[in-house]
Parts: sequence; C-alpha cells; structure tokens
Amino acid sequence: MRVEIENLSKSWDGVIGADNITIDIPDGDMVAFLGPSGCGKTTTLLMVAGIYKPTGGTISFDGRVVNEVAPKDRGIGMVFQSYALYPHMSVFGNISYPLRLQKLDKGDIKQKVQKVADMMGIGDLLDRKIAQLSGGQQQRVSLGRALVKEPQLLLFDEPLSNLDARLRLTMRGEIKRLQKDLGITSIYVTHDQIEAMTMADRIAVMSKGVLQAYDVPEALYDRPKTLFVAGFVGNPPMNFFDVEIMSTNGEFRARSEAIDLVIPRDRAEKAAAVKGKITMGLRPEDVTFADESSSAGAGLTLTGVAEVVEPLGREDLVGVSINGVEMRVLVDKTKGVRVGNNITLVVNTSKLQLFDPETEQSLLWA
Amino acid sequence: MTTTEIEPQLQPAGPLHKTREKMGRRFAYGFLILSITPILIGYTWLVIATISTRTEGLLPRNAQGGIGGFTLRNWDFVTDSAIWNAMLNSLLIAVAMVIGVGIASTAGGYALSRMKFAGRKTFLSMTLVLHAFKAEMLLIAIFFVLRFLGDIPVIGNYIGFNTVGGVALVMIALELPLGIWLMKGFFDNLPWDMERAALIDGASRFRVWWQIMLPQVRPGLAALSLFTFIAGWNAYLVPFTFTVGTKVANMPVFLNQLISDTAPTNWNAVAAVGLFQMIPLLIFFIFTQELLLNIYAGGSKGT
Repeated sequence: MRVEIENLSKSWDGVIGADNITIDIPDGDMVAFLGPSGCGKTTTLLMVAGIYKPTGGTISFDGRVVNEVAPKDRGIGMVFQSYALYPHMSVFGNISYPLRLQKLDKGDIKQKVQKVADMMGIGDLLDRKIAQLSGGQQQRVSLGRALVKEPQLLLFDEPLSNLDARLRLTMRGEIKRLQKDLGITSIYVTHDQIEAMTMADRIAVMSKGVLQAYDVPEALYDRPKTLFVAGFVGNPPMNFFDVEIMSTNGEFRARSEAIDLVIPRDRAEKAAAVKGKITMGLRPEDVTFADESSSAGAGLTLTGVAEVVEPLGREDLVGVSINGVEMRVLVDKTKGVRVGNNITLVVNTSKLQLFDPETEQSLLWA
Repeated sequence: MTTTEIEPQLQPAGPLHKTREKMGRRFAYGFLILSITPILIGYTWLVIATISTRTEGLLPRNAQGGIGGFTLRNWDFVTDSAIWNAMLNSLLIAVAMVIGVGIASTAGGYALSRMKFAGRKTFLSMTLVLHAFKAEMLLIAIFFVLRFLGDIPVIGNYIGFNTVGGVALVMIALELPLGIWLMKGFFDNLPWDMERAALIDGASRFRVWWQIMLPQVRPGLAALSLFTFIAGWNAYLVPFTFTVGTKVANMPVFLNQLISDTAPTNWNAVAAVGLFQMIPLLIFFIFTQELLLNIYAGGSKGT
C-alpha cells in the first residue's frame, strides 16, 4: 500500500509535535523515521495509525485520504516499544485478539494464529501467560499480533529498544527479512541510526518536528543536505570545524587558527558564495594514519596529540587534539596509538562536507 | 528439607550476624504481639460476653475451678425475624453500594484518567475538596433531595425517604469521590500503548475499557469493593437519619435500637448481635483477600 503524507502537522495548545511533514512511501518499501527523542517521529507515526488526529495536512493510503478513518479500519498492524501485550491473556489470546474482534470462525482463528506463531518461532508457547515470556519472546508475540490480521501497513515504534544488544541484532535481521518476504509497506520509528541504515529502504530524518531529509541511506550518509543530518547519521558522528575558505595560487584552502587544509576545487567553489566562516564536516573514517615515510602532499595532513583512545575491537576511536581543536578519528588498532602520542593524519579531502553555519544547509548538495 | 543445600549461600554473614538478626526478629515479634494484645483481649471478651450471663464474662463458681454463668440466651435473637430483616437490609445496602460505586468509579476513573474534556481539572479538585466536608453537614439537604425523589411516580417508592434504595443511593454518592480518585490512580498507571494496541486491533473505546483496561485494575477494584462493602455494612448515620422504624433498619441501626434509654440494656445481647454482624464481613474478606494480594505481572515493561 502506498502511503502519502502531505503537509502533515500536529500541535497541542501551541506546542508543535510535527510541522508540515511530507513523505511519500512507495508500496512495499520500508521507511525509517529517524531522530532524537522528542523530534516528532512517534507523533507522526501515531497520526498514520489514527491514534492522533492531525491538526493540518493529509494522510492517504493508496490515494484515499484516511484522516477521519478510525484506527481499526485502516488495515494496519503496530508493534510497540513496550510490546503493549495484554497481560491477562495467554499468548494465543493476544495474537488471536484482532481476529476475535473480527468475529472470524473459531477454526479459522486457530489456524491463522498457529501459522503466524510458527512463522515467529513461538508456535509452542501459545498456552503461556505473557509474564512467563522473555523480552524477545514478548516482542515476537507483539509482532505476531500485528501480522495476524494481514495488515496493509506495518508500523514499528522503536520495537527493539527494550531488548539487549545481541537480541536486537537478531531481531533486526528477522524483521527486515519478514518485511521483504511479505512485502508489507512499513514505517519504522527509531532513534538508532544503525537500525535505520540497515533496515530501511529510505530514511526520513526528523528534528524538532521538522523533516530534515528524506532519502536513501547512502545519500544521507554521503551527501547530507543539512548540518543536522550530517551530525546525526553516522557513528561515530562527523567532526565539525569552523573554517574560512581562501584561494591562493589557484589552490583552495580551508583555514582556521588550528588547521590548514587544501580542499578540492569542485567543492570549494560551491562554498565561495559564502563570505566569512563556514562549517566543515569530516567523518572519523575519512582520515588515514600517516607513517613517517608516507608522502602525502603538504596541506593534506593534520597533526595533533592523542588525548583519548577508545578500543572498539576492530578499530580504535581516537580523540585527537589538533592545536586545541577536538577531532575524533577511527584508526587501525595495529597502529597501537597511546594517549599522548603525536600523530599525523592524512585527510581524504574528497569526502569533505561544507555547510553554511547560518542556515545549516549544505553548500554542496542543494 | 530440600532447600538446606542452598540456604547457606543465602546467608551473607557469620554467627555474630545471625544472632543479631535473630534478636532483631524476636524484638519485632515481641513488639507486634504486645501491640495487638489489647485488641485480642477485646475481641476475646466480646466473644465470651455473648455466652455469659454477666457483662464481665464467665465467673468462677467453686474452688475446683468450675466455671459458671454460661448461657445461650443472648443468642435468642437469631430466631427473631427482625434481625434477619435488618441483615437483609444491610446486605442490600452493601451490595448496592459495591455495584454502584464499582461501576461509577471504574467508568469515571477511566474517563478522568484518559479523556480530555472541559472542566476535567475543576471536577477533580472539586471532588477532593467536597470530600473533605463531613456527610453530617449534608444530612438536611439530602433529606429534601430524598423527599423529592420519593415524589417521582413508581421509582420513587424505591429510592425515596425511608427506603433501602434511598439510603444506598446516598451512601453511593458519599463514597464516589474516594472511589473515582482511587480508580483514576490505577488507570493512570496503565501504559497508553496497551490501549492504542487494542484500538488498532479493532476494539471500540468501550471494548478497550471493558476487555483490556478493566482486567488490569482488578486488584484496585477488589480493594475498592472491600472498602465499599465495609462502609455499606457498617453504615449507621445515613440509615439512621433517613429511615423510620424497624422495617428498613439495617444492622447498626437495629443494634442501636437494642440500647434503650428507659429500660436496662442487656449488653450481652448487644455483644452477640455485634458479633453476628461481623460474620458476613469476615466471609467477604476471606474471598476478596486473595484478589487483593493478586499482584499482576504485566506484559509491558516498566509497569
């Protein structure tokens, strides 16, 4: 089912929850609403579910405006962070509840519940009480209850946030596979950008009730259109520096008191329109550790002192102080960086991002 | 014992700690026993008085320690139809209150907890403020209300002045602020998501209340029912004020009628009636006790 959200707004007594949001979700796609808490992603989701009434704009399912349609008539299934199971019912009671409300034949209900439960791997737990299940099992019941009525649209409200890290990884893959197998259009609300990147076909990044960007994950990562998107998508987050772009001898340099880098012409020229300071973004992985022998050209390196070293297993996350300016970089752990080491970094300047500090818009990707 | 093997692991410290813990426990028990002794003596005395000829209880008759003054005459009232009538009235008032307060409090508590409507906040604070006024202040006003209700054709015969229904109605009204606030508190603690899930699953708002929310507040409802039943069963002031004669008297009023200003009172008979009045309450308590202790393990985290 194609879901079109147009100029959708929601406010309570002057407090804005969602502001003028427009998102078009193609049939069968999984879209993630990504943002920090209080950014309006759950508000938007609850409007799609029909729990909240929008104060402005429209929501359409397959071209039909559903603003006034009751939640139960929208053909949706929803999975909650708190699971929201009915504790006084058994697993069977929970999964069969939507079907019992539809007054289906008893045999039919039994068959459908069993089928969904088997699919979720909880087929042998149907007689259990909810309190007797682990968190992961409870979330499977919740997912089963959402799927059993064969919804046209699946809504996920941070479904994995209450699970432990290991289980989260497993469930992430399962949900993704299930969604692709069944081909159900899905909206997935999360504050975890890795979840969003790995699961979603497209990501809607939101902040303070405003849609910041709506694009495929790679585009958000490589071509962030706003400062917020650049800072929020990617882990560890992007480093930002205040610099001035100068042109000397046909070379463009990004310069501040701390750093002085030669930057590619094509990127620099786009920033030329802005006078004064601009914000330069550099991802922690877009630098390489330079040996003494390395022959990187002048103006492509930064030197500093390692102040924090956090081993991540495969790599070390090193906090480097470059003439007093903090920068986080990912370094091959075989380099064995220790706190206090002087290090030289070669910057992959072709991955630099440039932003207007006033409007917080990208100067590269309009 | 099969548990002896794991018990040593549960004990954290050595012998000194153990004796200390033992002494602390002894002290606690000693204190508890000491403080409930007067109550126990009182009840024991009450029970003995009901089968004695003297108010002080049974009396020693001879040097061999034989006890005399035993009688069952104080219990003669059980053959009197008036007490059964009073008991029926008490039961009717209490049951009507449990049903009335239960329905109004769960419905009202839910609405005040979950729905937005004009005057909600004012209503909440007003009920709390009004609850602070004692029922005695309202007796005269209520008398006129009951007189008015009694004038309504047909149903007036059941809810007017000097009827069991009228008394129950007044008692329900006086109990509602507490009931609504109590149930609102229980509903406040339930997660919104459970309700949203049910709405999406296809339930109507009423069905959500009835099938999903009510089962979660059952312990609260049981507690409220117990309070209400006791309040109804022991109600004295309202039934005494709004009933005349023995036909609509409930147990406490009946008890009061035994105590006369002009003739000597048989206190032993009064004690027997008092004990008799307690019996249904004990039975009711035994049944609701389990519900009260039945703490729900939720399917939602953090509740």
